[in-house]
Amino acid sequence: MIPTFADYFAALPEIVLLGMTSLILILDLFLKDHQRNTTYLLTQFALLLTAVITVFTVQGRPVFAFNGLVVDDLMSDVLKVMIYLAVTIALVYVRAYNAARGLFTGEFFTLALFATLGMVVMVSANHFLTLYIGLELLSLSLYAMVALQRDSARATEAAMKYFVLGALASGMLLYGMSMLYGATGSLDLESVSAALASGLGSSNVLAFGLVFVVAGIAFKLGVAPFHMWVPDVYQGAPTSVTLFVGSAPKIAAFAFTLRLLVNGMEPLVADWQGMLIVLAVASMVLGNLAAIAQTNLKRMLAYSTISHMGFVLLGVLSGSLNGYASAMFYVLVYVLTALAGFGVILLLSREGFESEELDDLKGLNRRSPWFAFIMLLVMFSMAGVPPLAGFFAKLSVLQAALQQGLLWLVVLAVMMSLIGAFYYLRVVKLMYFDDPQHQEPIRPLGDMRMMLSANGVGLLLLGVAPQPLLTLCMVAISHSM
Amino acid sequence: MVTSQLPLLTLAIWVPIVFGLAVLAVGRDAAPSNARWLALIGAVAGFAITVPLMTGFDTSTAALQFVEDRPWVPAFNIRYQLGVDGIAMPFVVLNSFMTIFVVVAAWEVITSRVSQYLAAFLIMSGLINGVFAAADAILFYVFFEAMLIPMYIIIGVWGGPNRVYAAIKFFLYTLLGSLLTLVALIYLFYRSEGSFQIADYHMLPLTLQEQILIFLAFLMAFAVKVPMWPVHTWLPDAHVEAPTGGSVVLAAITLKVGAYGFLRFSLPIAPDASHELAGLIIALSLIAVVYIGLVALVQADMKKLVAYSSIAHMGFVTLGFFMFEPLSVEGGIVQMISHGFISGAMFLCIGVLYDRMHSRQIADYGGVVNRMPTFAAFFLLFAMANAGLPATSGFVGEFMVILGAVQVNFWYAFAAATTLILGAAYTLWMYKRVVFGDIANHHVEELQDINRREFLMLATLAFCVLAMGLWPAPVTDVMHASVDNLLHHVAQSKL
Repeated sequence: MIPTFADYFAALPEIVLLGMTSLILILDLFLKDHQRNTTYLLTQFALLLTAVITVFTVQGRPVFAFNGLVVDDLMSDVLKVMIYLAVTIALVYVRAYNAARGLFTGEFFTLALFATLGMVVMVSANHFLTLYIGLELLSLSLYAMVALQRDSARATEAAMKYFVLGALASGMLLYGMSMLYGATGSLDLESVSAALASGLGSSNVLAFGLVFVVAGIAFKLGVAPFHMWVPDVYQGAPTSVTLFVGSAPKIAAFAFTLRLLVNGMEPLVADWQGMLIVLAVASMVLGNLAAIAQTNLKRMLAYSTISHMGFVLLGVLSGSLNGYASAMFYVLVYVLTALAGFGVILLLSREGFESEELDDLKGLNRRSPWFAFIMLLVMFSMAGVPPLAGFFAKLSVLQAALQQGLLWLVVLAVMMSLIGAFYYLRVVKLMYFDDPQHQEPIRPLGDMRMMLSANGVGLLLLGVAPQPLLTLCMVAISHSM
Repeated sequence: MVTSQLPLLTLAIWVPIVFGLAVLAVGRDAAPSNARWLALIGAVAGFAITVPLMTGFDTSTAALQFVEDRPWVPAFNIRYQLGVDGIAMPFVVLNSFMTIFVVVAAWEVITSRVSQYLAAFLIMSGLINGVFAAADAILFYVFFEAMLIPMYIIIGVWGGPNRVYAAIKFFLYTLLGSLLTLVALIYLFYRSEGSFQIADYHMLPLTLQEQILIFLAFLMAFAVKVPMWPVHTWLPDAHVEAPTGGSVVLAAITLKVGAYGFLRFSLPIAPDASHELAGLIIALSLIAVVYIGLVALVQADMKKLVAYSSIAHMGFVTLGFFMFEPLSVEGGIVQMISHGFISGAMFLCIGVLYDRMHSRQIADYGGVVNRMPTFAAFFLLFAMANAGLPATSGFVGEFMVILGAVQVNFWYAFAAATTLILGAAYTLWMYKRVVFGDIANHHVEELQDINRREFLMLATLAFCVLAMGLWPAPVTDVMHASVDNLLHHVAQSKL
């Protein structure tokens, strides 16, 4: 079938983003080093333009395009806009840091844009192949970004690990998909779901396929026991890249999970629910316990991410619209929180000094009361203490799990978040109770100062008035699933 | 339900918080007096708002008054629902009142990061008012937990040498209890088909097993907060390490939140479990009264001594509640209010000494009366009140609880009455060692008597302690209807 105008219209944001990215890629070749700001501004403009197009092409009901390869539904629109927002914020934060380290290059921005393109393709995918293409576009861009600091042995090692393990996971995912194809005769998520609902396919092959697919998902989400890459990549990569890896791609990974498990395999919910319970429990336990032992702030946040992804799974495994919406809310809140957290770390890094040990936060309240306060909001939000956004995120996934009668799991989750509270409290302790080790004043650029302040205060506002975002998630999910 | 024209409760919550933020904004470490005056205005304004709550209160009804109700998070049917009954109202007033003392007590004493200190207390004052005024379970929970953040900072930044340990212990202990409460609340949400209103839970039929589990979940939160033996160990640490204002707020107000939780949640939501497990609570309460009283006797640190005495006094409160007698429940509440004044005053007195000597060890003192006669007089009054001397507020509550207990079981009353001996022993013995005798050393020799600011604080509290001791009727009248209603409700089985 020849694609029609409606097909192109449904994929307009992706098309524009691809066009802009290619344009920036070429244009950047002709720019001198001191003109690099142009690339930066163009990148931000591309993201803004794409976001505007996404908002203005919202369609009430799901639209399938290109013979069912992609779908444009409300969930994808919401998640895409959030991805653009997260990337925009991330790029604002990394500017000064990258400029001081020779990473303020065209490659960084084009890789970031290609990664963004991969994310939005994943979000809109309605087909195993589209999902896979989006995933690989994202992953390959991220591998390259982690390795961007060529001379850093740690970054190279992290990139290598990330690449090898990522390739392995992709292989598992493809293997699982091929089995599902064998069992159902289709790669299209809708058809797979329909075939499964009608009881087609041998249960053995399906179970095998499902296990491999779930393993692939688990790797991409970074949940235990497929989490090994997370701490190394978070610690090894330049902080600006860590910020990038730890924010928007989580949204994409969440969408990827929902597309595969819910759009594609909801009839198998009884099977994958059990697997996700194991993954969620392992992540919450391991993430929180291991985080306590860390002295490196980035590594601690990596383990904290693992535990947060466990909480996201708690929502997904509920297998209800309520649960998916809760998980979506959780991911969005988490990404905003993580952005602010890494933003503060970037703020503390100066030329020739990487602020990544926990001790570097000591006495931050003396050096900069305002940014210490922002970090305090971030930490209490991650710990799930009201009145911060993280509380309602936790509340929503816990209620979704309890609705399914998973009382023991909910009790385990809150006990683990108690353990989690300890290491978040320790960060607050370092900032407020201890004396500073460094005396250099903290002078962020104006745009970073504003963005970081807005981001931190936003966590508080989202905690006081969570309803708009909650409604958005619920409407998006109920119109798309 | 009685609705009000002016959203008094909203103002009682948010005025201190807004002032707290303003203090944070204007506060410069170079000119701390701006922050001090603004904080004082905020605290006084916060108290002024609660006066109409007292004067406009209808004592004839048990219904919630000054009700405000609007949706907050419709997705989970969480409502911004406020209202106070005869049990909650006195605590809103007490809390706002004590906040003034906290601000004044810090006046010349806190010199580092003044604005942050005062802002933390003002914000906490607003949050505590929210705890007592919330009629929605999640709203309650939000205030209940949010309270931890400023308290954590207060203990950790301005506390004593072991402050970090105390602050983290305080936070984690309290969080442990409240997280299980959250699970119980979500469970009740589904059980009540989508409501977080506390009033709906009161009417909800539950099986005994459910009630017991819910009761235990609530118990975790409230027992830690009260604190009851054996989860009391955070309190001496937190008290000792906290600055004077922190100790005052902890003892006078936040401990009451736990006891209040029993009345608002545990008893009415799980009445059958309450009767079933009353023996457990009574046993724990009596252990607190007797054993902790003995522990207080041997303390060498004044603040620790008062901290342990607080635990013993709060044991009285929980004992009173689980007698299910109107007299003893009211006695428990009176004891809570009176303990707010007395423990606040005791910590202020110790603060007065600490500011001059920088020591809390009893052994470092002796003969203070020779240099500080006015102070010694006030201190004696509060020490006597702490020991439960008739004509002070300390006597009223204890006497009511003991009278109520006699009606239930003589031996409960007997064990509880030992507090009158133990309380007198540890408080007066400490008083004797600190205040009487010859001047112990040259530090005591150089002591100056209290200044006008301190005199004003202690005199006001002395007035409250005596007024409540001589004429407690206004306080008990306020709570009669609500307590009767509560006990009537608890007497009915939900099975």
